[in-house]
Amino acid sequence: MKTFKIGGVHPEEHKLTANKPITQIPLPAQVSIPLSQSLGAPSKLIVEKGAQVKTGQLIAQGESFISANVHSSVSGKIVRIEEVTDASGYRKPAVIIEVEGDEWEESIDRSPNVVTEIALTKDEIIARIKSHGVVGLGGATFPTHVKLMVPPDKKAELLIINGVECEPYLTADHRVMLEKGEEVVTGVRILMKALGVDKAAIGIENNKPDAIAHLQKLSANYPGISVVPLKMKYPQGGEKQLIKAVTGKEVPSGKLPADTGCVVNNIGTALAVYEAVQKNKPLIDRVVTVTGESLTNPSNFMVRIGTSVDYLINQAGGLPTDTGKVISGGPMMGKALTTIDSPVVKGTSGILLMSEKKSRRVVVQNCIRCARCISVCPMGLQPVFLAQYSEHQMFEEAEKANIMDCMECGSCQFTCPAGRPLLDYVRLGKNTVGTIIRNRVKK
Amino acid sequence: MSVLTISGSPHVHDHQNVRSIMSGVVVAMLPAIFVSIYFFGIDSARVIFISVASCLLFEWLIQKYMLKGPVTITDGSALVTGVLLAFNVPSNIPSLIIVIGALVSIGIAKMTFGGLGKNPFNPALIGRVFLLISFPVQMTTWPIPKPLFSASLTDAITGSTTLGMVKEGVMAGKSMDEIMASTAFPGYLNDFIGAQGGSLGEISAIALLLGAIYLFIRKIITWHIPVAYLGSAFIFSGILYLVDPQTYLNPVMSILAGGMLLGVFFMATDMVTTPMSAKGQILFGLGAGILTITIRNWGAYPEGVSFAILIMNAFTPLINRGFKPKRFGSVPLKSTVKATQKI
Repeated sequence: MKTFKIGGVHPEEHKLTANKPITQIPLPAQVSIPLSQSLGAPSKLIVEKGAQVKTGQLIAQGESFISANVHSSVSGKIVRIEEVTDASGYRKPAVIIEVEGDEWEESIDRSPNVVTEIALTKDEIIARIKSHGVVGLGGATFPTHVKLMVPPDKKAELLIINGVECEPYLTADHRVMLEKGEEVVTGVRILMKALGVDKAAIGIENNKPDAIAHLQKLSANYPGISVVPLKMKYPQGGEKQLIKAVTGKEVPSGKLPADTGCVVNNIGTALAVYEAVQKNKPLIDRVVTVTGESLTNPSNFMVRIGTSVDYLINQAGGLPTDTGKVISGGPMMGKALTTIDSPVVKGTSGILLMSEKKSRRVVVQNCIRCARCISVCPMGLQPVFLAQYSEHQMFEEAEKANIMDCMECGSCQFTCPAGRPLLDYVRLGKNTVGTIIRNRVKK
Repeated sequence: MSVLTISGSPHVHDHQNVRSIMSGVVVAMLPAIFVSIYFFGIDSARVIFISVASCLLFEWLIQKYMLKGPVTITDGSALVTGVLLAFNVPSNIPSLIIVIGALVSIGIAKMTFGGLGKNPFNPALIGRVFLLISFPVQMTTWPIPKPLFSASLTDAITGSTTLGMVKEGVMAGKSMDEIMASTAFPGYLNDFIGAQGGSLGEISAIALLLGAIYLFIRKIITWHIPVAYLGSAFIFSGILYLVDPQTYLNPVMSILAGGMLLGVFFMATDMVTTPMSAKGQILFGLGAGILTITIRNWGAYPEGVSFAILIMNAFTPLINRGFKPKRFGSVPLKSTVKATQKI
């Protein structure tokens, strides 16, 4: 079975919600929809305070090339436009909507039947994906239409769909594959058409045999689509690792996936593409895994964008008293929230509650030079030295040691027997080196 | 819950820590400890106890009263050094000498460099070599192994190690066949189970191999250094044996005798003092193997493992500099991507 070659770790899976079907939850009384939900420039607000909006109505327009439209996820009245704290911990402008009923835009097809016939042309598909605010739902939230417009000097040959979900605890993609398989496969076909490729590979780790079998069955009629079972290893969901695992090609340092002829999209994105193109539905909801050992009812919820984390936790049985940390995303790469009032955004794949005891970091000891961080680094870097360079502000050396190649998967820090905060230091170094490089380019 | 913990990812940790690694090493040394007590009796237990106790005591004293910093003797590293130091001396060594060895190991070889993880040389080997040079008589007077509970009256008799007999024999102009035919020569089976003279932890190949298997299973050591070390020692001694079987010890005996297996699995694999990359570790092992055989055959001492490992320890920073892991994406695409082929 295929996997990527260099490094990788095996964190405990804790997929508590793997067998929990996706459930609709009652609408919250209020949603906060941040204007900046994707990588790139923030979108421009086009509605005013006091306005009535419908579910699916455009409320903010992406203006630069890399930015995405934002739609209202509920119907109701815009009561405030103010700053809210998002997962990054920063205050970002958001539209606060008080929910009144659930009146959708008429143009949206809300029927449950699956439309498999693709009527739109390549350009129409890309325009639709752009207007409907579809972004990468794997977490990086890169606007999908940008990914589909491959630069003229490169040629897309293979679409890779990321169904790896290598983060422990998270099961949102797993459930989507099982319950919305047909939609996903149609979404994959739409993406293939948009890219002009005749081959697609859906990479799924072998801890999800049911999803592998299900998608294999559904894609059997489409010879261009193959399901590729992958041997479990974190961080296989990393774009470069997935390309390596599926095709054996390595994206050269500093280059883009398109340089290998591959375009990678997430399972959740394929579903969002299907809904945008076939059902005319903008990206206004997504599946979120709400999980943690102490939760009474860990679940996979279909959540409207802008719903507060607090509301989701209550739907899953309420905040356990031993909670020490609330993480947006998985335990390896997720962000610890500063407040549970933060809203769910397009990139929120899960909400993980950790007990106070598990929230504490291990005691930091001297490095014993065991080199485990080096052997697990999927980028073939030497985290111990990168961290030391950053710690001692030796940023030139850090740049020479390719600190910018680090994708912050956290395998080094996860493994370090001395409990050293390797990734903290590497992040510090990356930020500084990034600034140095940008300043150099400007000159 | 009133306050949320905020920290960067990752939010989970593998369960291994310094203490679990060190205790794993101690568990791996248990078979050799039992064998040494079986053959050398209570004396062996005395040496191990004094060595461990004084290593822990010196680390505690230095951290508490000299450095006035946190005391970390519970991390298990001083315990490992203590057992290894005991493994590297004869079982009849006077207690005071062991205490001096522990002081050199912990005080000079480890704490002066900054404690755990900062020492360039293996502390137990520095202790052993210091004692070997300072107390050559006591350090090379080997008790003859005598199984526990045996009724033999040959108590307190000393003899030579396997390698010692070889060295003396060769120096006296005897052929290897003559040396190995001597009644005192232990032979393959005795070397394998441990019925030979020597430092208390090095005598039994089977006990050390059992420990090594445990270290591999627990993933505390990797194959690179042991395989490279044993491989190069076997091949080098094999070549010499083929050239002149009457002057040079055969490769199987070269590996079974002396401190080779103890050094290969327990000291050349010390994380702190050996290279970090796989290629670097292989180079380290190759160097140590060749140096060991070289010192044994042409050096003044019959045994060369300690010196070989310490010499390679000195090369470790250089090896780390020269051998880096293969970076992801460091090779240009040699695939079929047409548009990017030219770049």
